[in-house]
Amino acid sequence: MNSVSNATDAIITEAFANIPALLDQTPALIARGRFLDCECLLGPESHAFHVSIRQGRIVELTLSPVLMRSWRFSYRASATAFAEYWQPAPRPGFHDLLALTKRGEATLEGDLHPFMTNLQYFKDVLALPRRHFATAVS
Amino acid sequence: MNGMIEPIVGRYLHVDIDGEMCRIYFEESGAGIPLVCLHTAGSDGRQWRHLLADEEFAKHFRIIAFDMPWHGKSNPPASWDGTEYQLTTARYTQTIRAFCKALQLDKPVVMGCSIGGRIVLNLAIDHAAEFRALIGLEGADFQAPWYDTSWLNRPDVHGGEVCAALVSGLMAPQSPANARAETLWAYKQGGPGVFKGDLYFYRVDGDLRGRVERIDTKVCPLFLLTGEYDFSCTPEDTERTAAAIAGASVTIMEQLGHFPMSENPEQFRRYISPVLDRIVALEAERAGQR
Repeated sequence: MNSVSNATDAIITEAFANIPALLDQTPALIARGRFLDCECLLGPESHAFHVSIRQGRIVELTLSPVLMRSWRFSYRASATAFAEYWQPAPRPGFHDLLALTKRGEATLEGDLHPFMTNLQYFKDVLALPRRHFATAVS
Repeated sequence: MNGMIEPIVGRYLHVDIDGEMCRIYFEESGAGIPLVCLHTAGSDGRQWRHLLADEEFAKHFRIIAFDMPWHGKSNPPASWDGTEYQLTTARYTQTIRAFCKALQLDKPVVMGCSIGGRIVLNLAIDHAAEFRALIGLEGADFQAPWYDTSWLNRPDVHGGEVCAALVSGLMAPQSPANARAETLWAYKQGGPGVFKGDLYFYRVDGDLRGRVERIDTKVCPLFLLTGEYDFSCTPEDTERTAAAIAGASVTIMEQLGHFPMSENPEQFRRYISPVLDRIVALEAERAGQR
């Protein structure tokens, strides 16, 4: 892995780590996920996070791997895909979580019920860094 | 503007579809060349409200948008026994032809989006002489599935929420927030299983690969327009389809997705206006030859 991709990975990981704080500032989104309690694995393929969600709030975010930790579903994408997804106006094909799975940039696995019942919530939660990402990168 | 009344008029038409009388709601405005507009799967004719309200287009076209049975203000047929709704290629084609016949439209232009963009290809294959021109938005002979449609109709998942959430990403990020929300509202309001039933045509019954080569654009001009942000029917899907049809016109629309007419009406107008102008010009040429 070269230094450029290392740098991208580090920026993506840092941006992911900020999602719980960004979510706390978005009460309407927490309200949208108010019926959701779930353990899931989200983030870049190389450094995904174990995420614990209670009543729509992220109460714990832990960098993987964690020995024998369970999750119900995972959504993992390449660091490049997240970098594109978080642009203010993402390119076609990089603008939606399922656009990324269709083009093979992301993988959705496990028990999809919590993901599908709260699909717009997860789309919006994982888009939260978009507001800050371009500034952080520049 | 307080008190403004739009020029759109809505009425109900009784249409015999394959021996069954259906009460179909339609809206119209303008006068001239009949232009019948087909909504996307799981939605209804409200998607066309901006086109219907366009005073410039209404000078040359009688613009008509109808709700398919089970959609919008068109109820299921009286004989429906609750069996899961499924749209087939034959049923969809019959519905459009029966509607045009019941309204006594003289060689209408038909413009459809998504499933409507697919079915206009079937109209071009089998019934081209009945139409003055055909316009397919977000249309292709086939496209690769990108989710399991069984999520759209099950009791443990909110149908409206999941239908809207799935299609939300098909719109361009540049489209105005209010227009995006309005587009999704129709998906949130759809009847249980209707979106899934429409996709039976899209995914299972309506594969037109190997058939579109038969389209003769000299009999009926064909215009295909697809948004660059549509990852369901991609620009590549439309371009591949058009490559097999001699004389088909293709436009890839920037900053638009799968719902061009409703997600960003102003941007869509930039692309559809030249197409409608071309149809008016063709009509003038034909009139001159008569």
